Amino acid sequence: MANLVLDNVKKSFGAVEVIPGVDLDIKDGEFVVFVGPSGCGKSTLLRLIAGLEDVSDGDIRIDDDSVVNVPAADRGVAMVFQSYALYPHMTVRENLSFGLENIRMAKPEIERRVGDAARLLQIEQLLERRPKQLSGGQRQRVAIGRAITRDPKIFLFDEPLSNLDAELRVLMRVEITRLHERLGNTMIYVTHDQIEAMTMADKIVVLRGGIIEQYGAPLDLYNNPHNLFVAGFIGSPRMNFVEGKLTEIAETGSTFEAPGLPPMQLPGKIASTAKVGEAVTLGIRPEDFSVAREETGGWPVSIGVTEQYGANSYLHGTLPGDIPVLIHEAGQSTARRGDTLYVKARENHWHLFGADGLALAHR
Amino acid sequence: MTDLSMAKSGTSIRGFISRRRGRKGLHWTDWLTYAYLVFGLLVMFVPVLWVVVSSFKTPANLAEFPPTLVPFSSETIMVEGYDEPLPLFDVVTEDGDTVQLAQLRRVGIQAQMVDPANPDERIVVPIENATPVRKFYLAFENYSNLLSDTGGNIWRYVYNSLFITVVATLITLVMNAMAAFALSKYRFRGSNVALVSILATLMIPATVVLVPTYMIVAQLGLVANLWGVILPTVATPTGVFLLRQYMLTIPDELIEAARMDHASEWRIFWRIILPLSSPALAVVAIFSILSRWNDFLLPLVVLTERQSYTLQLALASFQTEYGIRYELLLAMTTLTALPLACAFIFLQRYITSGIASTGIK
Amino acid sequence: MSAKSQVAHAAGQVAMFPARAVEPLMSGLQRVLGIKRMPWVFLIPNLTAVVLFALLPVFINVFYSVSGSDRLFPWDRPFIGGANYQTLFDCTNYLDPATCSRDLFWRALGNTMVFVPVQVTVMITIALLTAVCLNREIRGRGFFRGIFFFPVMLSPVVVALTWQWILQRNGALNGLLSATGLPTLNWLVFPNTAFFWSVFVTVWAHMGFYTIILLAGLQSIPRDVYEAARMDSATPWRSFTRITLPLLKPVLLVVFILAVIRSVQTFDELYVLTGGGPGSATMLMVQYIYEVGFAAQPRNFGLAAAASLLLGLALLVFTAIQMRISRGGNND
Ligand SMILES: Nc1ncnc2c1ncn2[C@@H]1O[C@H](COP(=O)(O)OP(=O)(O)OP(=O)(O)O)[C@@H](O)[C@H]1O
Ligand SMILES: [Mg+2]
Repeated sequence: MANLVLDNVKKSFGAVEVIPGVDLDIKDGEFVVFVGPSGCGKSTLLRLIAGLEDVSDGDIRIDDDSVVNVPAADRGVAMVFQSYALYPHMTVRENLSFGLENIRMAKPEIERRVGDAARLLQIEQLLERRPKQLSGGQRQRVAIGRAITRDPKIFLFDEPLSNLDAELRVLMRVEITRLHERLGNTMIYVTHDQIEAMTMADKIVVLRGGIIEQYGAPLDLYNNPHNLFVAGFIGSPRMNFVEGKLTEIAETGSTFEAPGLPPMQLPGKIASTAKVGEAVTLGIRPEDFSVAREETGGWPVSIGVTEQYGANSYLHGTLPGDIPVLIHEAGQSTARRGDTLYVKARENHWHLFGADGLALAHR
Repeated sequence: MTDLSMAKSGTSIRGFISRRRGRKGLHWTDWLTYAYLVFGLLVMFVPVLWVVVSSFKTPANLAEFPPTLVPFSSETIMVEGYDEPLPLFDVVTEDGDTVQLAQLRRVGIQAQMVDPANPDERIVVPIENATPVRKFYLAFENYSNLLSDTGGNIWRYVYNSLFITVVATLITLVMNAMAAFALSKYRFRGSNVALVSILATLMIPATVVLVPTYMIVAQLGLVANLWGVILPTVATPTGVFLLRQYMLTIPDELIEAARMDHASEWRIFWRIILPLSSPALAVVAIFSILSRWNDFLLPLVVLTERQSYTLQLALASFQTEYGIRYELLLAMTTLTALPLACAFIFLQRYITSGIASTGIK
Repeated sequence: MSAKSQVAHAAGQVAMFPARAVEPLMSGLQRVLGIKRMPWVFLIPNLTAVVLFALLPVFINVFYSVSGSDRLFPWDRPFIGGANYQTLFDCTNYLDPATCSRDLFWRALGNTMVFVPVQVTVMITIALLTAVCLNREIRGRGFFRGIFFFPVMLSPVVVALTWQWILQRNGALNGLLSATGLPTLNWLVFPNTAFFWSVFVTVWAHMGFYTIILLAGLQSIPRDVYEAARMDSATPWRSFTRITLPLLKPVLLVVFILAVIRSVQTFDELYVLTGGGPGSATMLMVQYIYEVGFAAQPRNFGLAAAASLLLGLALLVFTAIQMRISRGGNND
């Protein structure tokens, strides 16, 4: 088991700086998820940790030992590739044992480990098959099995579930989480998928342009996004944003005004740095509105498309000035196209961001 | 009986030809196409078939003009009082009957014959009245004579050709694959220079550098040595190119996975890359086998002693050596072409697709 | 385990043997040199062979061509400057080979300059025609493709002997002619007929190769283009000239260059078929190089090298011009 420290890690490909500098401290046994838009450097960072790329600058430490000069095979990490990277000409058994044979492990020990991994992942009956003869989910298990047999200190996953269909993805998600609980290893997991990130992670790292925007527990990120980017990125569907300015700041609540809209009361405390008249962006998640059918002083939203999921409803509407708004209602909504709803912010369920994009913390 | 089966196959052939994908019936351009292709079949295939057929003819049969379509041999008969078997003839007598007589000798336009049933009486027959009695006969002895008359040397030539082909091909495969691996799966300074200098040799025709190649072979002490024709041919630029293009399609992640699996670079090459490149290796192997087996100019220059001759050299020198022993020459031609003909039947798909994808032999 | 997989396993074991021997060496090298230098380890054997038997000979050849005597090794040979080239170009009248000191060189050159254009034109025309036929939706396509291709597999010696056997005085061709009442001829004894059959036999032996490349080119032309042309009521001939040929142009160019390079290098078939004869009627450049450098006594390596360098130069110029023309054509 191991902790992992990235100390000002930088990476450039030629003249292109992909990772301008990352500091990260991952505790032993944590399940950490890297998220971020495509091309932000998630895979690159993972490959730096694995040793598949050399860092341009900075240090990577596993269990307090620097590994930047240690070859990938000797870092004690195992990687599960997005494409699985199973050796197509070897059987599942050979795939699992290849790495162990390479270090000249004794035959019985290899067999024991392969057997254990196969049992754990329920692929025992597939051991003599070739990767081509497996379904996507089975290949996924084999790829994970290959990582397990190596008994690594740290598991690395690069979007391991992105090639699976939705149903299987849910299943494997649970299974990887369970695996983490069983093995207790440090695991780092790259994904595009909001739900994977929120449900699996102990900690989430939000990356943009090779820079860590925020690092913390999933709900922490959800409830307290440090900046506009994180606020917009975490949470699905996305948070609503309205630009305007603060017209009043008080202990128990402030007032937000946007052109063409009635003033909005924001009940709850606000950061002391906020000033009246400052240009700010108000962010409210779709499920954080308090919605009324009659005029009660809130913002009028004229409803367009309504999406009924059965247990939930999402109402797409617009504020005066054509600002799009998404509203969530639990259960099956009675609102129809053309209706007007009136929305208000709930106490402490709103976010304010300054002109620099940083949150004006209210808690 | 035969008529029936002919008619049947006739209709089925017509049905076969006109059963085209998509449209019904034959357009005139289709007829033209078939006419051309059948003509091509005759021109391309019949000459070789003719050599094979000829190789089964007896020397006497070969000397006939015009040549007979199928191998024949003259019927002979043992006649009492003569040690040698005598050739048998159908003779038309003056009263129009046909009798079978054995010929003793020819004198001008007359021939002396005997009736095998009555060996004491000699009959003089004008030769235009006599036609030899012949039967279909495959002269397999041409092949056995080839082995005995060359004093077993032929096995030497076969061995030389096989040795060169097999060893050169194995070395070519491993060496070209190694280079292709380096040039497709590593980023390193100088890789482009190496690739370009390997591919540049495509532009150097082998004949142009014949003299210096011979000199280097001589310098290495390999004149009249099989290795003297193996070594100059192993670094084929086309092989490297083809294998490199193929290896580029093998995902890098496999190599990374193997590297994380503690595999050494050689092990990655041998256990992962080589097995996965087998389709491309097959193509390279086939080309190598073809060109090594058929190679002529380099062996001609380097293999100066009969001991080291390849089949091709032996075949080319055969005419002068055995003069007019056509039956042996034909048998040996057939034998030389045979292995590749068999290979071709099995590997046609690989070969043609390989050529189509590279455009290079 | 099935029998088949057991065989495969055994074969694998045999194949593994050299690997077992090489592996310790290679992993040792990796430990000493580091992973970064391993690509060079993989490259060295091939590069050595390339340098030794392809690049180095080019330079040695240059030296040969400017040095004299019949000695093989460069260090034994005196430098004589351009004397070899002078000998080759020593003519009183360049239009008449007989006036040259090396008349055979000029005859071989003249023969090559007739042979190459004729052979290449005939061969590509027939190969294209065949490829177009094979590209149609016909029965037995694979069979016919094999028939046209298989002479490519035959060795040049076999090809030459086959046709020699057919063309000889009592051969099948004369047999066929006399059976139909036509006059017979000793085909390889007269300069003109020998030259004709030289072209014929080399085309016969090699056209299948170009047919396959052209066929692949034709098959890569999408079907729907032709369907669109049909909708535009184009005749077959028009869709051939206006669609097939333009789209096939890149492939045709490759085929053309390859065919010329190989045609210039023609040697084996004619060496066996006609021996360059009768006289020197079918002697081409490569055979001249062979005769001068290896067959004649004393061997004149310098002259052979000079002639082969001129040949290589001509090929280089030709290829460069072709490339330039085709690039120019693509610009418009
Ligand atoms: N070998 C390379 N050479 C040059 N640039 C590279 C290389 N590998 C990655 N990059 C660049 O680095 C940036 C980050 O790539 P990376 O693969 O880490 O993105 P990612 O976050 O994993 O994206 P995705 O979610 O699409 O997988 C990209 O802009 C990419 O173009
Ligand atoms: Mg990625």
